[in-house]
Parts: sequence; C-alpha cells; structure tokens
Amino acid sequence: MNDLIEIRWHGRGGQGAKTASLLLADAAFNTGKYIQGFPEYGPERMGAPITAYNRISSSPITIHSNIYEPDYVVVVDDTLLESVNVTAGLKKEGAIIINTTKDGEYLKNALKNYEGSIYAIDARKVSMEALGQYFPNTPMLAAIVKVSGIMSDEDFLADMIGSFKHKFAKKPEVIEGNMKALELALQEVKKVN
Amino acid sequence: MGIRERLSGNEAAAIAMKQINPDVVAAFPITPSTEIPQYFSSFVSNGAVDTEFVAVESEHSAMSACIGAEAAGARAMTATSSNGLSLMWEMIYIASSLRLPIVMSLVNRAVSGPLNIHNDHSDAMGVRDSGWIQLFSESNQEAYDNLLMAHRIAEHKDVQLPLMVCQDGFITSHSIENIELLEDDKVKEFVGTYKPEHYLLNRKEPIAIGPLDLQGYLFEHKKAQAEAMRNAKKVIAEVSADFEKMTGRHYGFFEEYKMDDSEIVIVCMNSTAGTAKYAADRLREQGIKAGVLKVRMFRPFPVDEIAKALQGQKAVAVLDKADSVNGAGGALFEDVTSAMFVNGVTVPTVNYIYGIGGRDVPASDIETVYKDLVEVAKAGKAENPFRYLGIREK
Repeated sequence: MNDLIEIRWHGRGGQGAKTASLLLADAAFNTGKYIQGFPEYGPERMGAPITAYNRISSSPITIHSNIYEPDYVVVVDDTLLESVNVTAGLKKEGAIIINTTKDGEYLKNALKNYEGSIYAIDARKVSMEALGQYFPNTPMLAAIVKVSGIMSDEDFLADMIGSFKHKFAKKPEVIEGNMKALELALQEVKKVN
Repeated sequence: MGIRERLSGNEAAAIAMKQINPDVVAAFPITPSTEIPQYFSSFVSNGAVDTEFVAVESEHSAMSACIGAEAAGARAMTATSSNGLSLMWEMIYIASSLRLPIVMSLVNRAVSGPLNIHNDHSDAMGVRDSGWIQLFSESNQEAYDNLLMAHRIAEHKDVQLPLMVCQDGFITSHSIENIELLEDDKVKEFVGTYKPEHYLLNRKEPIAIGPLDLQGYLFEHKKAQAEAMRNAKKVIAEVSADFEKMTGRHYGFFEEYKMDDSEIVIVCMNSTAGTAKYAADRLREQGIKAGVLKVRMFRPFPVDEIAKALQGQKAVAVLDKADSVNGAGGALFEDVTSAMFVNGVTVPTVNYIYGIGGRDVPASDIETVYKDLVEVAKAGKAENPFRYLGIREK
C-alpha cells in the first residue's frame, strides 16, 4: 500500500477527463499494477465541472471513496482555476499539471497556497497540431504519465497504441493522430514552478 | 489460473451472465445498472449467448417475464436498481412464494424521492423480508463471484428460492478495477444445467402454479418457504466451499478482517467494507485493535455465527446505508443486535446511518467511528446508540 498513487482529474463535461482517467487506469493495469479509475457522477452536462479519479498501486486497493489528498492533480481546463479549488488536499510533495497558455507567475498566483510543483502544457496546441481538432484529454494523459513517472515513455506509448486500436476500432484513421498527440505532449509538458 | 482483467462492476456482472448463458433474460434499463442489460443484449446480438432476451416495457414486466420463464422450466436472470426494484415489488413476493430460483443483479441505489441516482441500500432493505436470498459484494470481483455461485444456491432442491446479488451503484458498478475472471468452460461446468423437478412445460406432469391459497394452506406454505431460507445457509456454505476449491477465493457468510485480536469492530456491507479495512489498518498503526465484520449473506441472516464472532469484543458499530425511518435503528443494526441478544452476547453496540443518497464515505469518517468505539469501550456502555455518520450539521 506504500506505493499507492492517487490522482484527481478536473475537467469540464465533454473534454474527456473521465475517458483519460480510464485510459490511464488501462495503461497502468497493463504494466501489472492494481488500479482504480472512476468518475464522480453529478448532473452531467456539457461544460459543467467534473471530477475523475485514479488509484494505482502494486498491491490490491480496497478503499472505495473519492480522493481527498491526491498526489497529483490534472486540470484539463484552466478556466476551472477560478471556480474550483483544484489544489484542495493536494500533497506538497506532489504536483499539479494544467492545460494552459498562462505563465508561471499567473499560475502561482491562481494557486496561491500551493507549495508543490506546477507543470503546464498547451494541450490545445498539441491537439491541433497532432489531430487538427481540440481534444485536450490525450495530451493531458501523456502529461500525467510523464510527471508522475508511473511508467516509462516507451512502455506507455507501446501500450497506448494497443488501447487506441481497441478504442478506435471503428475509426482507425484517428489512431496515428492520437499517438502523435501523446508523443508531442511527453515533450511539451514543462515545470513552471 | 484465471484471467487477469480490469472491469467495472457492471461489466463484471454482465460477463458473469454471459458465462452463465441463462435461457431467458428480461430487463428494463435503470441507472446505475443500465449497462448490465445493455452489454448483455450485445452478447445476444453477437451470438455469444443463446439466451432469449426480452426487452420489456417496465420492471414489473421484467420480473413477470422471469417468473413465467422460470415457471416454464427455464433459467432466468434480470438486473435492476432502486425504483426499478420498487416497480417489481408485487412480483418479487410472487417469485419467492412460487419458489422460483430467479437470479437478479441488484446495483444498489437510493429509492426516490426526491430523485437521487446514487448509492445507498434502501432498495435492497425494502425487500429484505420478501423471501429472496441476498448476497452483498464489496467489489467487482465479489459481484462476479457471487453471481457465478447464485444458481447453484438458488436452484438447490432444498432451497428453490430467488437470489439477488447486490453491489454498490457507481462506487463499484462504474469503477474500473482489477478482477480475475474464470474461463468460460470452467464456469459452465461449475454452474451446471438447470433441471427443475416440477415445471409447466413438462407434458408428463400437467400442473398449475400460483393458484388460490387461503386459510387452510398459505401458513404451511410460508413455513416451507422460511424452512427453505434456513436450508439456504448450508447450501451457500457448500457452494462457496466448491467455489474456493476452484478459485482459491474464500467466501464465508461474512468476512472477519483482523478480528483475531480485535477489541472494536465495525459491521458493514458492500464497498464500505473495503474502506473500513483501509481505516482499520491505519488505526492499527496507532495501536488500536480495530477489526471489520463484512456481511456477505444478509438473507438468510447468520444469527448464531455473527453473535459468536462479536462475542468478547469491547465495542461494536453497525453501519447502515439505509435509514429505516422507524424511530429506532437501521435493518442491519436490528438484525445484529437481535442476534447478539438471543445468543446472550452483551457488547455495547451503536448504529450509524451513513452514505445516504451517495454521500461519499471517506476513510476519515470510518476512523471517527473507530475513535467513538474506543470511548464506548472505555465507558463500557453507549449513551446514544442511534447515530449519523458524515451528515452536515448546518
């Protein structure tokens, strides 16, 4: 239980935070871990703030509750920084990863009490470049893998191609773009504080 | 040696149903169990099962169709939640009174109103006296395993009662977790074929099922039903032992977690038991001898066994995820304390109503219960046995 990693996702309905949490669970499962991936279901509608969670451990996980003291927080939409206390309970040894174009100074101020590491990535740029469309969850998935070090980049990419082949069995044309988004995001995510 | 997978609780239930391959499934979708008939209907259309899938127009009809199928001599299954079970109410009693071993996957959700789609146990508690066997499941794995054992228990000649396998809506039904599946052929062999003794489609024995049953007979029939429920205990133990031989996974009437040397114990059901184990481990790091008693078999209720397990504890808390709104305690609390009383076991015991309507149950809440129990143990008595956990005071 000592190596338990807890991750909380903040996004808006329709951005794929839930899907990203399930894909992360999948990828960690394939490296032999015990995993949980679950969203917090509320009144689901496009654009409303939503939360999803991951637990990853090398021993069985029995706890069944939401996550209140995460090791990592992923923010899929930086407009949430104004309305949701995204760093609530976040461990200071941990990190927050934000999809944003804002600079480090702004983020530091927006997360005023947070003492841990802040990472940023422009997931829109990555997604537009790789897919020609804005799907922020794929870049954010790569970003959390990179920052948390749950698995190596190589293992992650090798595993995700299998997941995408399964997930996009009916539209294989998007697999290449999604893989490119992951590769770009692994490079693009940067520590800003 | 099993298949390592990761599935949600609903996926696990649907796959169990696929491997069981029943003759008939009749269901009407309702959150949070919707995915079970949804996945199952895709197994039907893909030819993975040869089940007759009846897409009925209501839950009342779903249970009616299961009753018709089972009475005809077929093996029937369904899945539902909350108000879906409420709408089945009339037929739930008829299924058990006619001694039809229908198997249901019940994904527990608060019964309206006001409208709430999230987890508590008010649906299952509402039918606790209806004559159905009720097995509760902490995880996707237990929901799967309990379903694989269900038909062997329900259809046994000394039982012949319907059975529902409960799991927590969303908390396990929609959470992806590790699971170990069995190979299809192993499940098929374990579950076996259904050979009813009396059934409507037997041309050699024309019978009527469910006719008028007045003052002269109903009482005896009800006693026979109660006797069958008592018999279920022995059968559940036998089938669980066989299951353990095949899988290595042990299932008792209840699970005793760290109760070898425990002084304070929390009694609860379904997913909360996992969180309670986590909390008990944390308290043991502080030298507090905490244990968990997780009830798997709620109907029939293991009266003597639970009383014996709790004997010698210094304090006990029973957690009910449904309020009986009776000016007294929740259903599990009343059953546990009654079991202790008739067995002469005297331990200070308190009741907490918790987790209503999907209120999250963090480990920190469970830890406060253990801390309360330390005080109860010290005092040797509980001033106020009827308590709430995790409720806002303002």
